[in-house]
Amino acid sequence: MNLTLKIWRQKDSKAKGAVETYPISDISPDSSFLEMLDVLNESLILKGIVPVAFDHDCREGICGMCSLYINGEAHGPDRKVTTCQLHMRMFKDGDTITIEPFRSAGFPVVKDLVVDRSAFDKIQQAGGYVSVNTSGNTQDANAIPIPKRDADKAFDAATCIGCGACVATCKNGSAMLYVSAKVSQFSLLPQGKVEADRRALNMVGKMDELGFGNCTNTGACEVECPKGISLDNIARMNSDFLKASIISEEK
Amino acid sequence: MSVLDSKVPDGPIKDKWTKHKNNIDVVNPANKRLIDVIVVGTGLAGGSAAASLAEMGYNVKAFCYQDSPRRAHSIAAQGGINAAKNYQNDGDSTYRLFYDTVKGGDYRSREANVYRLAEVSANIIDQCVAQGVPFARDYGGLLDNRSFGGVLVSRTFYAKGQTGQQLLLGAYSAMNRQINKGKIRMHNRHEMMDLVKVDGKARGIIARNLVTGEIERHSAHAVVIASGGYGNVFFLSTNAMGSNVSAAWKIHKKGAFFANPCYTQIHPTCIPRSGDDQAKLTLMSESLRNDGRIWVPAKKEDAIAVREGKKKAIDLPEEDRDYYLERRYPAFGNLVPRDVASRAAKERCDAGFGVNNTGEAVYLDFAAAIKRYGKTEASINGLNTEDEALVIKLGTKVVESKYGNLFQMYEKITDENPYVLPMKIYPAVHYTMGGVWVDYNLMTTVEGCYAAGEANFSEHGANRLGASALMQGLADGYFVLPYTIGNYLAKEIRTGEIPTDTPEFSEAEAAVKKQIDFFINNNGTKSVDHFHRRLGKVMWDKVGMSRNAKGLNEAIAEIKQIREEFYKDVRVLGTADGLNPELEKAGRVADFLELGELFAKDALDRNESCGGHFREESVEVGGEQDGEALRDDVNYRYVAAWEYKGEPSDAVLHKEALEFNDIELKQRSYK
Repeated sequence: MNLTLKIWRQKDSKAKGAVETYPISDISPDSSFLEMLDVLNESLILKGIVPVAFDHDCREGICGMCSLYINGEAHGPDRKVTTCQLHMRMFKDGDTITIEPFRSAGFPVVKDLVVDRSAFDKIQQAGGYVSVNTSGNTQDANAIPIPKRDADKAFDAATCIGCGACVATCKNGSAMLYVSAKVSQFSLLPQGKVEADRRALNMVGKMDELGFGNCTNTGACEVECPKGISLDNIARMNSDFLKASIISEEK
Repeated sequence: MSVLDSKVPDGPIKDKWTKHKNNIDVVNPANKRLIDVIVVGTGLAGGSAAASLAEMGYNVKAFCYQDSPRRAHSIAAQGGINAAKNYQNDGDSTYRLFYDTVKGGDYRSREANVYRLAEVSANIIDQCVAQGVPFARDYGGLLDNRSFGGVLVSRTFYAKGQTGQQLLLGAYSAMNRQINKGKIRMHNRHEMMDLVKVDGKARGIIARNLVTGEIERHSAHAVVIASGGYGNVFFLSTNAMGSNVSAAWKIHKKGAFFANPCYTQIHPTCIPRSGDDQAKLTLMSESLRNDGRIWVPAKKEDAIAVREGKKKAIDLPEEDRDYYLERRYPAFGNLVPRDVASRAAKERCDAGFGVNNTGEAVYLDFAAAIKRYGKTEASINGLNTEDEALVIKLGTKVVESKYGNLFQMYEKITDENPYVLPMKIYPAVHYTMGGVWVDYNLMTTVEGCYAAGEANFSEHGANRLGASALMQGLADGYFVLPYTIGNYLAKEIRTGEIPTDTPEFSEAEAAVKKQIDFFINNNGTKSVDHFHRRLGKVMWDKVGMSRNAKGLNEAIAEIKQIREEFYKDVRVLGTADGLNPELEKAGRVADFLELGELFAKDALDRNESCGGHFREESVEVGGEQDGEALRDDVNYRYVAAWEYKGEPSDAVLHKEALEFNDIELKQRSYK
């Protein structure tokens, strides 16, 4: 395949960026999108041009590191995949492809296509855990049976990879889907329920403090989420949050 | 006498760990606040160690090269984690897990370490459930299990095909709790560049802030390396793109012996390579071998027709299929250990029975499982079990619920629907059993420097069983290291804060800066990847699944040659004062180019076949085991620990003899 790539180049967080155009040829449709960028970078190096910086690591769709905004969509045109799982067969020979970083007030650009998502870690640090020590002297793992339905729902919420596609997609730059996934996972399990009120208040508070926007229920986040995290989680978190704000002693 | 002292406690094997724990010095809580510990790597071992040490009261400084500790490559582990819980009532026990692991490792691991691992395995599951890790459950609300290769009980706990993710997020949440309390200072996007030793003890590291390019000095009373394995020495592997040997290699160069580098796991079920631009390989969890049957065409003409696209797998009738694992290993069938399954696949493909255009693929077929599950479902729901379409529909649903994410991943990569057509798979480099030599306390041969998880060598011997890596990582980090490190740190309570304005730090920092300047100013003509690919090809062709003396000697010479060319001709664009992925890669590949040679040297020294290390010179001849790997317990029952002396060719071999008092050494038969 022969393609034209329009890629956001920005030297560092302070520099003003711009779109550069690079033609690329002989790409196999079986290549992954990032392998295509590897080929581009290899050719840039030979020409003495600094290669394009982009985040990536596991290339199996699970680490959440890759974060490209391709033709106006987080992780590109395919559904339920991360950028690293996107394959070139989703494009046509001769296509022009625009590649930008995940943009949001909460994710400043570091360089080229790399953004700073440390705000996500800060939200987790505010309460995304069960307060139990790692002594190994907890009770037996089967002491509390958990209905399969609840365990499955908790698992589905827990599969969030923290990539930030939800934020990059949201017109308000809201992190509600991301935060609600963790809040839901724990509030669905007996081990996490004890601290549910405090957790919802602290994590939502931190999210607001870090400049993420509000949720207006457009649902774009759910559509673009590579792991299919459900909007139900936001509803569950809102109910936890409301309860905690109104009737709980945790405020 | 060997310079290596394993420090394994005396007494019966089942009492060693308890007795040792009781005798370990404990640091009082007020003093713990005066002690700093550096942890490099935030995967299952590093993340759990950092969280546990911080919880105990030490000041932890944690480092990872990714933008968040949650992205360490443990996250990609799919299948599960072993624990001797015996929830399935199939006769599992600590001893059985210990036995299976030692046997699975082909009797090349340290017995006492493995027993301790089996002993603490059950705690891991309790701990993770308490943390809110959502393991798979049955309708009674209790934890579910599945089977993995090389064992005959069902002891693997799992969370669909994302067990590593869920366990790592558990450790990450435990870290977050401590970061929030200020007990862990987390350094994301930082790479360890060197170890700093003061008076022979590990006292800190030099790190590079990958965003600003700044070279930083960090001091501590002890340094823990939990930086994972070195499978990327093969260029193509299932490791993450950034996975590297550098932290482990830097401590090796500062005096930590490197043990058994040639023990590498080539995992049998990966998606075959498709083209020259491929940058990495993708694993399909071993759990698929619970339900998938592995086969190739029985007739060569069918294999050729399949390769040419004239026939499809589903065109071949049962009698024309060769389920070669079931044929060769009737007792374990498709669930033989990984090394055995990989060699068997290579054997069939080398013989001309491969099923994709490269000739390097075998089938992993779920049709039988789909029918079996479908019939059960139909029966449970009172439906017609003879209605084939219905049975397939119901069975597909069951398979989807078990392995859905893996099937989706397969389809996205290959563009083929594995519910209809069998998967095509081929072995790929996955895990490295070798690593930094450690004693029973996980301390390396550098005082105060520890290694945990895949970065060390001790538990898996020459072959790792499925679902044992997660177990070892968390055992080391949650339950072993936090105790054993106390023995050393108890002597450090009067040391006080370690200053970083000393000659030792200055010297280490200067060396790091010198290497960076070299890369930036080298003005060569070839990219870092160019050299990495060439190294990988030599490793795969001559130090891969099947090794011989001639090939290994060639590999040693060729790797040395590539290393020399690399320093002459590598080109690193951009600057050192900001994010520069090429510069990061250059440093990592420089270390792989040294490790690769030591790897081949170790493989050459070990003239026996054991586990993942297969020497063509050492095979069984005649009898039931004809052609199988032949171990040599008389000459090679040792850990090969290499001491750095400059060039890899000058490395000095130290042997730790392996004693087996609680297990009888046997031919490892899975027939």
